[in-house]
Amino acid sequence: MSEGLVIDVHGLTKSFGPKRVVDHFDIQVPKGAIYGFLGPNGSGKTTTIRMLCGLLTPDEGEGTCLGFDVRRQAEQIKEQVGYMTQKFSYYEDLSIRENLDFVARMYRLDRKKERVDRALADLGLADRARQLAGSLSGGWKQRLALAACLLHEPRLLLLDEPTAGVDPKARRDFWDEIRRLSAEGVTVLVSTHYMDEAVQCDFITYIAYGKKLIDGPSASIPEMVGLETWRVEGPDLPALEGRLKTEPGVVQVARFGTVLHVSGTDKAALEATVDRLTAEGTHRWSLQVAGLEEAFIYLMTGARDNYADDGGKRAA
Amino acid sequence: MSPRFSFRRFGAVLYKEFIQMRRDRITFGMMIGLPIIQLFLFGFAINADPRNLPTLVEMGDNGPLTRAVIAGMQNSSYFAFKGAVSGIGEGEEALRRGDANFVVVIPEDFERDVVRGQRPEILVAADASDPSATGGAVAALSGIVNVAIAETLVGPLAQQAGAAPFSVVVHREYNPEGKTSTNIVPGLLAIILSMTMVMITAIAIVKETERGTMEMLIATPVRPLEVMLGKILPYVFVGYVQTAVFLAAARLVFGVPFEGSVWAFFLGFNLFIVVNLALGFLISTAAKSQMQAMQLSFFTILPSILLSGFMFPFAGMPGWAQVIGQAVPATHFLRVVRKVMLKGGGLPDVTGELWALAAILVVISGIAMLRYRQTLD
Repeated sequence: MSEGLVIDVHGLTKSFGPKRVVDHFDIQVPKGAIYGFLGPNGSGKTTTIRMLCGLLTPDEGEGTCLGFDVRRQAEQIKEQVGYMTQKFSYYEDLSIRENLDFVARMYRLDRKKERVDRALADLGLADRARQLAGSLSGGWKQRLALAACLLHEPRLLLLDEPTAGVDPKARRDFWDEIRRLSAEGVTVLVSTHYMDEAVQCDFITYIAYGKKLIDGPSASIPEMVGLETWRVEGPDLPALEGRLKTEPGVVQVARFGTVLHVSGTDKAALEATVDRLTAEGTHRWSLQVAGLEEAFIYLMTGARDNYADDGGKRAA
Repeated sequence: MSPRFSFRRFGAVLYKEFIQMRRDRITFGMMIGLPIIQLFLFGFAINADPRNLPTLVEMGDNGPLTRAVIAGMQNSSYFAFKGAVSGIGEGEEALRRGDANFVVVIPEDFERDVVRGQRPEILVAADASDPSATGGAVAALSGIVNVAIAETLVGPLAQQAGAAPFSVVVHREYNPEGKTSTNIVPGLLAIILSMTMVMITAIAIVKETERGTMEMLIATPVRPLEVMLGKILPYVFVGYVQTAVFLAAARLVFGVPFEGSVWAFFLGFNLFIVVNLALGFLISTAAKSQMQAMQLSFFTILPSILLSGFMFPFAGMPGWAQVIGQAVPATHFLRVVRKVMLKGGGLPDVTGELWALAAILVVISGIAMLRYRQTLD
């Protein structure tokens, strides 16, 4: 195990039948980091997470998780990992307390009652402990799931789209909790679709169709993608949007409320187009620092083309 | 380091399963109610030796001998005469419509021919589309007629007719009253256990996969064996409760005796429960949803009912059906139950059946374990 790396895997590959779901995936996660795991639906995020916590055995590739071999030491990994599944996976016909009790026994925890009581108090569910888990709303279910997978004080948290279907307030609270855990030294790998969650991560890796497209500190992702973005304001944006898509140098036009973000990788070509359109005087143009959101929209479109052209480089 | 088998984790799964069982009222009701309902349906409603079957008669003759034959048939309680028909055509029409199960044709000049020793024939047309319904009556018929003739023709006439008075003795071993319930109730235990044990186990396991809780379970350090035992044992308990209810009802309501060795019964019964749980487990490895698990379970229940000797005599089935029937666990348990309860059998009498059950268990659980390993990945 490399110094300070909680997850260190190389070449993880998994196929289901003829379909290669994860294709030679590498990741190095430092201790205490919040690592964002992004990608479109069906890109292999869940399968990767399952391989990391020993639920699935990779077809190829090797590495360590918490210093244990992902192929041979799944049992040891399971003892120290908290895995929160995408779908609520606790017993809906058991009460909140019964669920926590059950999980505590699965990990053979000492001071079971004390731990469960504390988890209930932290959740703010102490007075509803006897309520059936199935009767909880989405946000509360998510909090229960998080409490349950923290019960054994794991060193690594694997969260698979933890905030899907949860309201914004609950999402904010959830992320506060994740930040607090990270500050305590717990490493977090979290998959998500939400850009506002992606920006909360220290590192981001982007996976599409089983292949890793980009990986790095979240602040440097836009730079790594190499996009230049112009912001346009003015009347009749839909018409402009349609027209821009065929202009040279324009790779992507994305609408954000009352403005358009026009991006491209070929700076010279894009600037030529912008100059020409600015001369028309109908819209206001300003250069903008490319954000994560444009970067990911670009990656997502690019990935689809990569897939269709069998890995061919996207032409601007 | 986590131990190979933790009783604490096993106990937790077991406890959880009991809580869930208690909360799932419908399933719980089914587990207790189903045996009772089946017992009453099969015990009371189904009768393989039916009496009072509607019968029509064509009277070609109307003498005292003819009337004695008709009276004898009526008294046997197999036949209930509903009226007369004129001509066989009308009789066959009634059979086709299902108005009657039998049409009895007394030929013209029947008595005269009997007296002359010409051995006239009484034609009985039976609706054989349901052989089990009419079989008993047909079997009893010749005896009834001969007795009636013998009683009516006395003195020189009897000698002249040449019909030596004889009777058919039907000797019903182990069930002297010929009650269907005595035969069907013990067999029903095999059917009820197959039905509920297989289905409930399969559903209980598939439920974990379908609801996504299996993923949470296997992400914890719990071992497959702990999960399996913890999930299956509560249903063994259910099987015990069902059997207790069943035996009590069989004794108190149907007066079915328990003649033989309790130990032989207990051994066969436990073995049979385990075989069914293994079968349920095997189904759960194939089924993707609770619905599929249910359907697959029904698929295994049909042979248990039809080919085990429960509905139809095993020896009466064609060879290929007997071969399949031998592979059905219920076949062997059925024999154990009937031998022990009705014939007073002991352990040596059922050893063969116990070995057969053990062999089936080895095969089923072998396949199930192989499949279980595959589905984990």
